[in-house]
Amino acid sequence: MFIPHTIQDEQEMLHAIGVNSLEDLLQQIPADLRTCAFHLPQALTEQALSAHLRELASQNKSLKNFIGAGCYEHFIPAAVPALSSRGEFLTAYTPYQAEASQGTLQTIYEFQSCICALFDMDVATASHYDGATALAEAVLAAHRVTGLREIIISPLLHPHYQEVLKTYTQHSGVTLTYAKATAQGTLDVEALKMQVSDQTACVVLPNPNFLGYIEQAEAVSQIAHSCGALLVAVVNPISLGVLQTPGAYQADFAVAEGQVLGNPMNFGGPGLGILTAKKAYMRQLPGRMVGIAKDKQGRRAFVLTLQAREQHIRREKAASNICSNEAICALNAVIYLTLLGPQGLQEVAELNVERAHKLAEQIGQVSGFHVQQDSPFFNEFVVTCPRPAAEVIEKMAAKGFAAGYDLGENRLLVCATEMCTEADIKAYAQALGEI
Amino acid sequence: MEEILKHNELSIEKSRPGRRGVRFETTQKHAADYLPAAYLRRQKPNLPELSEFDTVRHFTRLSQLNYSLDAQFYPLGSCTMKYNPKAYDVLSVLPGFANAHPFAPQSAVQGTLKALYELQEGLKAITGLAAFTLQPAAGAHGELTGILTVRAYHDSRKDWDRTEVIVPDTAHGTNPATANMAGYTVVNIKSGADGCVDLQTLQAALSHKTAAVMLTVPNTVGLFEKNIRQIAEMVHKAGALLYMDGANFNALIGLAKPADFGVDVMHLNLHKTFAAPHGGGGPGSGPVGAAAHVAKFLPKPFVVCENGVYRLEADRAESIGKMKAFYGNAAVCLRGLCYLKQFDGKTLKTIAEKAILNANYVRAKLKGKFNAFFDTNCMHECVLSIDPHVMNGVHTSDVAKRLLDYGFYAPTIYFPLIVPEALMIEPTETESKEMLDAFVAALEKIYEEIQTEPDVVKAAPHTQCVERIDEVSAARQPNLRW
Ligand SMILES: Cc1ncc(COP(=O)(O)O)c(C=O)c1O
Repeated sequence: MFIPHTIQDEQEMLHAIGVNSLEDLLQQIPADLRTCAFHLPQALTEQALSAHLRELASQNKSLKNFIGAGCYEHFIPAAVPALSSRGEFLTAYTPYQAEASQGTLQTIYEFQSCICALFDMDVATASHYDGATALAEAVLAAHRVTGLREIIISPLLHPHYQEVLKTYTQHSGVTLTYAKATAQGTLDVEALKMQVSDQTACVVLPNPNFLGYIEQAEAVSQIAHSCGALLVAVVNPISLGVLQTPGAYQADFAVAEGQVLGNPMNFGGPGLGILTAKKAYMRQLPGRMVGIAKDKQGRRAFVLTLQAREQHIRREKAASNICSNEAICALNAVIYLTLLGPQGLQEVAELNVERAHKLAEQIGQVSGFHVQQDSPFFNEFVVTCPRPAAEVIEKMAAKGFAAGYDLGENRLLVCATEMCTEADIKAYAQALGEI
Repeated sequence: MEEILKHNELSIEKSRPGRRGVRFETTQKHAADYLPAAYLRRQKPNLPELSEFDTVRHFTRLSQLNYSLDAQFYPLGSCTMKYNPKAYDVLSVLPGFANAHPFAPQSAVQGTLKALYELQEGLKAITGLAAFTLQPAAGAHGELTGILTVRAYHDSRKDWDRTEVIVPDTAHGTNPATANMAGYTVVNIKSGADGCVDLQTLQAALSHKTAAVMLTVPNTVGLFEKNIRQIAEMVHKAGALLYMDGANFNALIGLAKPADFGVDVMHLNLHKTFAAPHGGGGPGSGPVGAAAHVAKFLPKPFVVCENGVYRLEADRAESIGKMKAFYGNAAVCLRGLCYLKQFDGKTLKTIAEKAILNANYVRAKLKGKFNAFFDTNCMHECVLSIDPHVMNGVHTSDVAKRLLDYGFYAPTIYFPLIVPEALMIEPTETESKEMLDAFVAALEKIYEEIQTEPDVVKAAPHTQCVERIDEVSAARQPNLRW
């Protein structure tokens, strides 16, 4: 199938090498290591494979999705996958030979530019694995920049991000300290004032936070900066179509899960780690960056740059060990942003705001269900149910809905993007009333 | 000819106010009607304004400025640029998979969970290891996962003194960078004259402080570590663990099992050995396998199967925790599963055999003009070394650029570091003899040019959309965005 050698090819090649058999070439591996048996099922033809995968895919149930919690269903224009799946993009490697990789390099430069524009930040990397690992890297960079160890984290950070942060930083000498939350589902700004000190390296602020609520980011930023700490913001890129940008509230680093920009949910992976910073921290950022250079004729050309930060040059002294990143996801994102433009992005963000508020209104009318809306929210919010959220989720699944994310006890995190039509929202509320 | 259509105009330079690529339904009210003004964005972002057609043409044109595996031979050593079957492009993103939410009720994602489970089991079968996690997003991410797992193992035994990780000088840069990220001191050891680990040097470096030895098998000069079993014994005797960088597993698949070598923890690259495309840099997937005594420290959750029902098991007290949000690069894992399903116990080894055959064929054909640094049979890749003194001042980078003119992507260059002016060629098993012959012919032609007109080689490339780029110019005053 994928191996083109004919018997004659093989003979000729062995002859050219000067050996009698393939076996001769394998002598390098000690013979006793080559006696093992491999117990695998029978090989499938493409047709049989296709049937198998389709069968597996059909075992996933298609529920009307009202879950967000860090992975969101958005409309993906057909041009996005049509372009990014071109073999010229998909089957190229990291653009090491710049002259023969100008396509990939320019798309990365445009990605960095679009992300900087969207976030109002000075620099963006070519991508990281996902939002959680991008955050971990930003925190480690903040630690390097400040030389300080204390990291103050909003307790309303995505639980998986909290766990990843813990795993990544456990041997780096930093201590993770949690700030407090208010009953309104936002960071307790007054308590934070008492918590920060000249020992604080950075404050990690998800905005909107995991519960969907929008934070007083400017105030948090001022508190962090007032004692010399940095602000690391974790944002939702789609929300920036309408919400204040991390650049506007002076974040030092801003990271995000970029899946929302033209990438399917794919059970949560691949994601797209977006990592941005103020210019001063450019050389502290891990991972690849593309810059403008000149060719021999003085013409504009694109190259991987500032590589002196990276593992292949610096080895154990590198800013990070990252090598491969999520280039195709970044390509999806830049195509998506190019198609939408400033106007489209605002429209889709406004649609999210409107649909989520309609959903909140409808759920609020179902008896026994209470929507927590003391704080402004973007496309996600908390609902208190008359019974355990787990039960609500199970009953709603039977009615064809993925009802939300279980926050424990009776609390349910619910999301509506532009993919939830008004009819879907009505149907959802009606189903809630019936369970 | 004068360039009228600029090949590299930026999207923002093509932008015209008011042009649109997508429209959304209009809202009844605006964000300002729902949200306090203080929370709102003041100025729209400086994004390009293009029509859909503009966008399609822009990115299609850009794609054509790339060399890619689909169009060109791509002998990039250590990267295993093998053919990426088209079926997997379709099957890995079937709507049932693509639309699965990671927090959907587990009853609604049984198909995805089953697929991940099948892949886990398959990887166990071909490596002989007790457990596999699919969480890491790339090779380097797998390394970090693996080394943190090693650390958790030692910590669980209260073996706190182990602060060092030994890394041979042939290792990929991610290995020492990983050890450093995991909080270890890196001890670099010099390879022997034969390109393999020198047992005495290793013995001298091993101590009660050694947490792990990171070994790439076959190593990055394309040779199998012939003393691997002895190395494993030495490592274990010192109380350390053996980590295997499995980036080069394409040379072993179906032939030998790392568990039999004495490997404790390893990673695989699905975007190398398992035919997932590189995508210009990712996404990849770097599953990590572990032997029984270390398995419980791997990241959580795992996919488990009970009575035909699949679920994510997160209740693992000694796990290092999570390495990534959600559960791994599922869409890439699906490609890996597809690949694995197309081979069985008998045919699996043809992958490695033909990869080894192809590399040795190129090595043998080039001998006399371009010589391998280590003059022995190699595994899946051969590493040549160019001596500018006998090549009229031509360097490896010049040969690499000149290959572009002949329609080939360049091999990996200047890696591994122990080989001067290295040119690392990994043809992979999916290239035909004709393609290898053409590649050899191009290098022979370049050899001739080096004798007769070396300046042509030194000034290459001559056929790309740009001439040779002054990479240093980019770092001086970085321009990283519009
Ligand atoms: C030997 C070796 N180890 C590790 C890696 C890192 O893999 P990744 O790029 O997937 O992080 C590579 C990739 O180039 C490699 O060749």
